[in-house]
Amino acid sequence: MLIQALKKLGQTLVVLMIVSIATFGLLKLAPGDPVQIMLGAEYSQETYESMTRELGLDQPFLVQYADWAMNFVQGDWGTSYIARTDIFTYGFKEALPVTLTLAFFSLSFAILIGVPLGVLSAVKKDTIFDAGSAVFALTGTAFPSFLLGILLIWFFGVKLQLFPVMGYVSPWEDLRLGIYHMILPGLTLSTYFIAMITRLTRATLIEVMDEPYIAAARARGEPGWRVIWVHGVRNIAMPLVTILGLQLGTLIQGTVLTETVFNLPGIGQMLTSAVLGREYQVVQAGVMMTAFLFIGVNLLVDLSYPILDPRLRDRK
Amino acid sequence: MAMTETDTLLTVSDLTLYRGSAKILDHVNLSLARGETLALVGESGAGKSTIAMALMQLLDGARIEGRADLAGAGDLFSLSSRQMVRLRGKRLSMIFQDAGAALNPAYTVGRQLITTLRRNLGLTRPEAYRRAVDLFAQVGINDAEARLSAFPHQLSGGMQQRVMVAIALACNPDLLLADEPTSALDVTIQAQIIRLILSLTRERGASCIFVLHDLALASQSCDRIVVLYAGQVVESGPVAEVLNNHRHPYTRQLKSCVVEIGRADLVAPEGTVPPHDQMPKGCRFSTRCPRALARCSDDAPPPMPANPDRGGPHDHVFACWNPE
Repeated sequence: MLIQALKKLGQTLVVLMIVSIATFGLLKLAPGDPVQIMLGAEYSQETYESMTRELGLDQPFLVQYADWAMNFVQGDWGTSYIARTDIFTYGFKEALPVTLTLAFFSLSFAILIGVPLGVLSAVKKDTIFDAGSAVFALTGTAFPSFLLGILLIWFFGVKLQLFPVMGYVSPWEDLRLGIYHMILPGLTLSTYFIAMITRLTRATLIEVMDEPYIAAARARGEPGWRVIWVHGVRNIAMPLVTILGLQLGTLIQGTVLTETVFNLPGIGQMLTSAVLGREYQVVQAGVMMTAFLFIGVNLLVDLSYPILDPRLRDRK
Repeated sequence: MAMTETDTLLTVSDLTLYRGSAKILDHVNLSLARGETLALVGESGAGKSTIAMALMQLLDGARIEGRADLAGAGDLFSLSSRQMVRLRGKRLSMIFQDAGAALNPAYTVGRQLITTLRRNLGLTRPEAYRRAVDLFAQVGINDAEARLSAFPHQLSGGMQQRVMVAIALACNPDLLLADEPTSALDVTIQAQIIRLILSLTRERGASCIFVLHDLALASQSCDRIVVLYAGQVVESGPVAEVLNNHRHPYTRQLKSCVVEIGRADLVAPEGTVPPHDQMPKGCRFSTRCPRALARCSDDAPPPMPANPDRGGPHDHVFACWNPE
């Protein structure tokens, strides 16, 4: 167990290093000069050079990387030239909570809507309802999220005036208003996942319902709803969690677009503005946080397996 | 054994079952007295398990004709699914072929037994727990309290089947359907499990339908036997009577398959069961039957008493135009 944990940790470190080197290198290759952008239109050659030196941009690539990595590990992520704040605070305290809230709401919608819809489609296999849910799922996966976001804003925000269309309110500060602000972006981001979970739930549940233990549960007098929810759905939890964990990358990707459409100050927006402003360190921090998030979730998925399937508990 | 009307627990009449256009069961008739043990035998695909599953109303997508009257409940096939839920586990219960697959891997065996007791008998948790410990002891599971918190995969095949027996008999059903309860087990454990099921059902005065493909096992454990071929009952009656004085050629073939130690001439029936779209209209065995007459393939033989002169008590019946 300990060896496995250490192995996992080693893997994680290697992945993080590769991710950081790759983004560091890519950003260096990208056109545009951060010093120029910071100094604006008018500056002397002297200021330019001193600025370059101050930022360490005159050093060789590897030295710059090592410098950055040492500081990063110590929590010194540098300063955002544009936002003029400490990146660590900016990223962790301001952007990350927004993205996590959005991801949480999207995932909740995906599970709360996708699983029941999938269960219903499986139970009503080959009926009109099942066909309807298949069409919905196909549309859901194919529909571009930015367009859906704009349509939702237009209909629910502008026409019906039901939900706010922009901005972020922390649910910790004002729960009701926070939830209100998350409904439209949450739905926009989750449509793809609702569709995916619906199809996955349907397929896996249909398979599980053919298992002898389902017939056995019915044979001892369990009513239909218990057979489906207690015996059936319990046994599709593992494939569901696995796919959700793997698809989290797509979800985080999706936050970039959704945050832009709904003007949410999350990691996605932080990344977009940093890329446009050539703020290497901010981009780097954003990518690293995303990587951490992804790795963390996959670690949780791995840890949940023995909880979801007792057969895995006894394995050494 | 005389059978009066009040003794009868289950009467299946003209059970015909279709899956799509395939006729899986063809006018099956059975009757079962209280406390009686019946064996359904025949090769795989004969429809033995289908009869058990149909009685439990656990078959989805099958069309059923005929009746199955259970004393005090009426025709099982015309009950609503809600009424069926109320019967299952309480008056009818079932043991499955592979206990390892029939226990939900996500829950402890204790939880599966205790839930059954609580839901079906309305017991409180401590009452159900005590009953569960007691049941585990009855089915021969040592250290019952510790075993209750085991997950199915932590038990051996024999133990798993003992758990299934405990769950099936938990609510004292009138009728236990045992679908090849030992075919997934070691030979040495098979006899133990069969003996366990027999002694526990006898204790409770319950009737039992065993689905078996092993004629030897059937002859040792059951009162009566029903021989099925491709969904038709070819012969039925008291075990000794049917096995010693069989009339149907298929029963002979089944008997000749019984493996005896020290006997070299193992005879297997020739040919195979025809596919459903090529099934003869009459006797379905006629395509493989050495004694088949011209009329056999078109004209289904009705059930005929084997001992018409001896009268009632011997309910030995066969369906053959050219019996042995």
